[in-house]
Amino acid sequence: MSGAARLENANPLIFQRSGERCLTAEEEDENVADPIDDREIFDLIRSINDPEHPLSLEELNVVEQVRVRVNDPESTVSVEFTPTIPHCSMATLIGLSIKVKLLRSLPDRFKIDVHITPGTHASEDAVNKQLADKERVAAALENSQLLEVVNQCLSSRT
Amino acid sequence: MKEVLNKLHKFSAHPDSRCWYVAWNPPGTLLASCGGDRAIRIWKKEGDSWECQNVLSEGHQRTVRKVAWSPCGNYLASASFDATTCIWAKKGDDFECLTVLEGHENEVKCVAWAPSGSLLATCSRDKSVWVWEVDEEEEYECVSVVNAHTQDVKHVVWHPTQELLASASYDNSVRLYREEDDDWVCKATLEGHTSTVWSLAFDPSGQRLASCSDDRTVKIWKECHPGEGDNSTDWKCVCTLSGFHGRTVYDVAWCQLTGALATACGDDGVRVFREDPNSDPDQTTFSLAVHAPKAHNQDINCVAWHPKEAGLLASCSDDGEIAIWSYQTEA
Repeated sequence: MSGAARLENANPLIFQRSGERCLTAEEEDENVADPIDDREIFDLIRSINDPEHPLSLEELNVVEQVRVRVNDPESTVSVEFTPTIPHCSMATLIGLSIKVKLLRSLPDRFKIDVHITPGTHASEDAVNKQLADKERVAAALENSQLLEVVNQCLSSRT
Repeated sequence: MKEVLNKLHKFSAHPDSRCWYVAWNPPGTLLASCGGDRAIRIWKKEGDSWECQNVLSEGHQRTVRKVAWSPCGNYLASASFDATTCIWAKKGDDFECLTVLEGHENEVKCVAWAPSGSLLATCSRDKSVWVWEVDEEEEYECVSVVNAHTQDVKHVVWHPTQELLASASYDNSVRLYREEDDDWVCKATLEGHTSTVWSLAFDPSGQRLASCSDDRTVKIWKECHPGEGDNSTDWKCVCTLSGFHGRTVYDVAWCQLTGALATACGDDGVRVFREDPNSDPDQTTFSLAVHAPKAHNQDINCVAWHPKEAGLLASCSDDGEIAIWSYQTEA
């Protein structure tokens, strides 16, 4: 398969992956309430596969821990992601994959907001609006072809 | 005096799924709900609990987004993401699918009956609003396709007494339509919201329209007649309720009996607003009467006032539950 010709961004910059998270004694203590923190959210999304490169969103710097904000008491999670190029046609699909991963992983009480990092995409407002519209997200996820592509992005590589 | 919203009942209506919408039948004896499980359920109060009388699960292949009762109460229409609208006839305690309205290119988002019961409107993500006519043989024919919106159309609602149709859209606008020379035409565009308009509700007189939006505000629009002897009408925003909602406002319901305005919000709250009695009708003001902060465990998608019993309110949520509330003034 001569995939290279179809790639929008054939030679992306690759970033180093962060190390494994160290568990503290308090986190391992089952008797202590352990709120969800930024790093835990980041761990959920960093290994999502890019739709066109055999690389993770973390390796392409599409997601970074500093762009994840969780407020456990208020049950809100906000994630900003940075498309590799400003005209990336995959931006909505990447955002949808992040959203679906979090919807499937977090307790139902969480409100999940996924946005493009301000100033990094030509259609930032349109993509953000679409990702925030839960009715359109619900309709998209009933589309079996699209759901398959999202599941591929979310499947762990072997 | 203190306004209160007491929770009377809460029950799981669409388990493991979203409950998208609820609608009372005209006498208020039945409540229809629909959801992400592709089913429509008919609820009836038996003694002190709400029982599911019917499950209509054969009509749609995908999410049922909204349902609407005909003014006579004998028919129920359901709008689905499968691009169709089903018409169900009530036969005693049962419902049978009478016909399936096809034509929209993709998801149908809403359906509404005109007050006469002889017209039906549907709207879709395909950006169009369709007007259907029902004849005496129960045949449905599309009489007009209006492409006034530039984006996904979220909601349609008819004026309480006239053949005037309103629609709300992802393009941030509200549009109003009337029949003119055998065709339906857009007569007014209401601009002011800065994001998706999710729902609409006419006041009891039909002279005002409330709209709610992803911009976290509710706007009240009033009909005005610009010129003497001129038949044209215009709609002006006479009030904006801002600063009250923490997230998207998904639905608004204007009680036809009491004039109270209820909202369904993505911050899990139900709020009821009252118009200030001495406010100027051209520049009116509303006050927040009650806020139920954690009315449901997840986003609230719909609020519906009971058509006969003043102050009775139904709400439904992403957690699949329906709640029944009593809104009252405590002395």
